[in-house]
Amino acid sequence: MSENNKIVPAIELKDVYLSYDDKKVLDGISFTVRKGETKIILGRSGGGKSTIIRLILGLIKPDAGRIFIDGEDITDYSEPELMRVRQKIGMVFQEGALFDSLSVYDNVAYKLHEQGLPEEIVEQEVRKMLRFVELEDAIDKMPNELSGGMRRRVGIARALIGHPQIILFDEPTAGLDPPTARTICELAIKLRDLENVSSVFVTHEMKNVEYLTSEYAVINEKGEVVFEKEGEKLCLINTEVLILREGKIIFSGTDEELKKTQDPYIKRFLHGR
Amino acid sequence: MNLLKLFLYELQEITLLTARAFYRLRKKPRYWREAIKQMDTIGVGSLSIIFLTGFFTGAVLVLQSFQILAYYGAQSQVGRMVTFSLLRELGPVLTGLMVAGRIGSAITAELGSMVVSQQIDAMRALGTDPIKKLVAPRIIALLITLPLLTTAANIFGIIGGGITSKYIFNLDTSLFISSVRDGVTTKNLIVSLVKPLFFGLLIGSISCYKGLSTTGGTVGVGNSTTKSVVLTSVAIIITDFFLTRALQNILGIDF
Repeated sequence: MSENNKIVPAIELKDVYLSYDDKKVLDGISFTVRKGETKIILGRSGGGKSTIIRLILGLIKPDAGRIFIDGEDITDYSEPELMRVRQKIGMVFQEGALFDSLSVYDNVAYKLHEQGLPEEIVEQEVRKMLRFVELEDAIDKMPNELSGGMRRRVGIARALIGHPQIILFDEPTAGLDPPTARTICELAIKLRDLENVSSVFVTHEMKNVEYLTSEYAVINEKGEVVFEKEGEKLCLINTEVLILREGKIIFSGTDEELKKTQDPYIKRFLHGR
Repeated sequence: MNLLKLFLYELQEITLLTARAFYRLRKKPRYWREAIKQMDTIGVGSLSIIFLTGFFTGAVLVLQSFQILAYYGAQSQVGRMVTFSLLRELGPVLTGLMVAGRIGSAITAELGSMVVSQQIDAMRALGTDPIKKLVAPRIIALLITLPLLTTAANIFGIIGGGITSKYIFNLDTSLFISSVRDGVTTKNLIVSLVKPLFFGLLIGSISCYKGLSTTGGTVGVGNSTTKSVVLTSVAIIITDFFLTRALQNILGIDF
């Protein structure tokens, strides 16, 4: 434990408060995301989950409390300073939020184009990322020609470019069919286990939680990525669940602890009744 | 009281946005390519409506005032009158209003939809400052193209006036042209180039602000577009009065 304390966490929120007009959105939120850890944030729609992600990115400022990225206090940073910090972070938006005036290629390449990298390197990277989300065929399409799931995956490719060490998922599977949702969870698992990326995964779907907390990715002898269930061999410790209720954290721990909880609200949340 | 507060708040936000757009230009990256693209849409794209507005405004001016001038025996001065009205007033104001309607609304709608579909957030998340990437190029493009469009409107208007006076009132063309020359004074030219600079700034900053402050989904985009056009148009007309007075004080009122 003392070993862990020495390592700077990827994300840390300390006592964060935020309210819009008279409505309290976040009421004293504190948590840390260690390097390589995935934090699943569960809660009802409109419960401040997305707000936490926007705070981590510095898109909005908290009323009180501090936010640290890689040990750096970003709370009072100005927009130009935040631009630098945001280079380390990839963000996957609810509906993908692709730029509809740009093609899939330009969307994914956006960050690299902004950095002014030579086109050959950009194309190489873009193709690699699109292959990762299995969408290389769609490279010349425009966003309006894509289905919801494809947009989301392009969004993920765009977030992954430049290899950020922190990725934020804002309800990445909302409104998608189960197989596509599963694919997106697999991507998140691959990033966590094979690339050692830290992430915050905001969702309200229990299926996602099950995937992320019980499976891990490994590369088999043939060099393929396979997903294995945790069990006798291995127990996942790099994924934790947070439950948010009315701006407060009411649960924090592993999925095993979550299943054992006796809290009626959490039980209702898990089982839907 | 609430309305006054809202007005002051919006005034403050619009001013801040404009100031930031210019202030942040001092550091790289600067999106000149984007500004040139905007100039193409705003300038070249608006040329046809500016041609029509200018031409028929000049034509109708002659239609309305020829007989009055003839009553005083001054029909030979009709060219000068048209030039004066266009350069000092109608050219800049009408161009401003047309561009506000065509471009201001488009800017607000575009930025507004980007806000509601989280594209602005995505842009910021990817490390790009939307003020530099979206606002500054649009304001710069308007500042450059609006004086050019105004000049075009003036020229088309004078041509419209000339055609009307020749074919409807049988006025000699050379007489019209020489009286137009009397109207094109340095002061009039200054006025016709200074006014559109202010109007361009108004259109750019108001429509960008309204777009970026959009809330409430697609309905919100519609609302802010309407508000943007109305606000810009009213602002242009009100500013025109004070600008005219200020320019008269600076340049002097004379012919």
